[in-house]
Amino acid sequence: MTGAPSETIKQTLDDPRLQLAIYTASGRLMDHRATAVSAGALPEYQDLRTQANLIKKHTIENLDYYLEQLEANVLAHGGQVIFCKDGEEVADFVLGLAKKNDARLIVKSKSMTSEEIHFNERLEHHHLEAVETDLGEYILQLAHQRPYHIVAPALHMTRYDVADVFTKRLGVEKEVVPENQTKIARAVLREKFLQADIGVTGANFLIADSGAVVVVENEGNARLSSSTPKIHIAVAGIEKLIPRAQDLAVFLDLLGRSATGQPLTVYTSFLSGPRRGEEVDGPDQFYLVLLDNGRTKLLTDPEKRQSLYCIRCGACLNHCPVYRKIGGHNYPWVYSGPIGAIITPQFHSITEDGWLPFASSLCGACAEVCPVKIEIPKLLLKLRSEVTEAKRRQGAGGLERLAFQMFAWVMAHPKIYLLAGRMGALLAPLVPPVGPLKKWASQRTLPRPAKQSFHQLWAARKSK
Amino acid sequence: MPAPLSAPLLRGPRFNRDLYVQTFVQRFEKLGGKAFVVPDAAAAIPQLAALLDGKRVVASNAPFLKACGITGLTQVESGFTDRDALRDACAAADIGITSADYALAETGTLVMLSSRQEARLISLLPPVHVAIVPRSRILANLDELLSVLSKPAEQSSSMVLITGPSRTADIEQILVRGVHGPGEIYAVIVEN
Repeated sequence: MTGAPSETIKQTLDDPRLQLAIYTASGRLMDHRATAVSAGALPEYQDLRTQANLIKKHTIENLDYYLEQLEANVLAHGGQVIFCKDGEEVADFVLGLAKKNDARLIVKSKSMTSEEIHFNERLEHHHLEAVETDLGEYILQLAHQRPYHIVAPALHMTRYDVADVFTKRLGVEKEVVPENQTKIARAVLREKFLQADIGVTGANFLIADSGAVVVVENEGNARLSSSTPKIHIAVAGIEKLIPRAQDLAVFLDLLGRSATGQPLTVYTSFLSGPRRGEEVDGPDQFYLVLLDNGRTKLLTDPEKRQSLYCIRCGACLNHCPVYRKIGGHNYPWVYSGPIGAIITPQFHSITEDGWLPFASSLCGACAEVCPVKIEIPKLLLKLRSEVTEAKRRQGAGGLERLAFQMFAWVMAHPKIYLLAGRMGALLAPLVPPVGPLKKWASQRTLPRPAKQSFHQLWAARKSK
Repeated sequence: MPAPLSAPLLRGPRFNRDLYVQTFVQRFEKLGGKAFVVPDAAAAIPQLAALLDGKRVVASNAPFLKACGITGLTQVESGFTDRDALRDACAAADIGITSADYALAETGTLVMLSSRQEARLISLLPPVHVAIVPRSRILANLDELLSVLSKPAEQSSSMVLITGPSRTADIEQILVRGVHGPGEIYAVIVEN
């Protein structure tokens, strides 16, 4: 069982520039969301959350039915569906398809699901170039980094960092103005779009009754990826399903507002199959890759499977006091913040990354802002007990268990408890902060025990 | 068969139909677009003359653009049916002109369904997008769109909602327009 990466966490905490960047960016996203879901702007906000939760619950509980319906409708529109167990199967499929179509260049729009399976790296090994086209993701690809945030991937970088990356990797003159940096990226990527053989997108929603994928974005790169090349592949987790196109009214109203405060993002694409009949443009081939990668493991637990309701808005990250201090790269997987803390141990295994559910103050801010009402704190607690249980089975955590057994014994014996209390009050100021206590005290002031305990005060009051 | 799911939550318009044009214009411009309202089809070209002057323009095959006289202008290329030819023209054009299947007042959104009349790339590749839309096409909101069009996939392989110019805030959260899609968008609403 690995612990928290305390060394890199310390580096993050000690970097004032980075701290300011995380604090400002998440703070701004919090403000934008608060305005967008306020009673004045969206009076029915709570009803929408309830409805979204209901729809997701229903869909996840009937996932087999809706997956079949989705597949049938994709086929009816001339597309194909490929079910993949993991990243390797996705890579095998894409490589086979590329070979068959003599494809060399892939343009890709932002997709957390593809990050999850190291899509680009897998293809690179086979001399297939996959280019990220979302501006933030493109910068990160050039810098060889992973996303820092679900919706704001390059949140941790300054314009000067970007200037260095562009100079080093693109050979352009140093340019520090974001508007001009954007123009540089636009020019490079425009060429890629026009030359690409395959376009890959993610999916924010899969619509069962339509056989459609819905992709939301602000830049236009997902539209270009799905419309310019002759082949479009959408890669999506199986949990992205919703039953009906009409349910989008609820989900789109929540997603943009929760993520960036936008009532609708700039582009919402509703795509089903390759171009039809007389349509002038669009791809000739359409593939929907449905990824499991650990998701079906969650379906068996009636409580924990609500983790699959997530629509990846990132609101829980922005509102999390832990994320706002340690940032995105100290989480072991691509999903960071509270949602990362609950899905990482479940998708992988409870013994790997067992520290994650404990990295929370259980303040509840994440649950309050979650647009689909995932009970994140409750799941964190459940996972904590599972981690502890797993530790016990591994024979670890003996000291902690002994301490709690002693605590339980003391609590069950009032006379011992009173004595222990008095001793504690006398001895506590003399205890030097060593061991785990030292760690705890390094960030806090140790409380001083009261001169008189509650029991003593109560007894004195009664005797008056 | 799963247990039945409650009916979709579709909300009605929050305001009177007389206010749709006004609301659309207001929201569209708040996003950074520029909107004009003209009395009839003949008034569209004079409104756009300055913008189109000396520019390379690609127009879609929408009959409404023909009715407005757009396709007759010398600098306008139109009538594409070949994908590669259309793509090359769009990649070289300064301005793309389309109509729109619908517009949504509450969010200032243009709704485009891909078809023989409307290609995907005209509203996407050129740095400027102009949409000329009959007033009758304006709906209240996304909910009304999904009531009118409960299964968009039955009509087209692609429906896109365009809400403002292409934008990013990926570098230091500073807003930049025109990343991959058009950085400038215009809407001309034709009253009659």
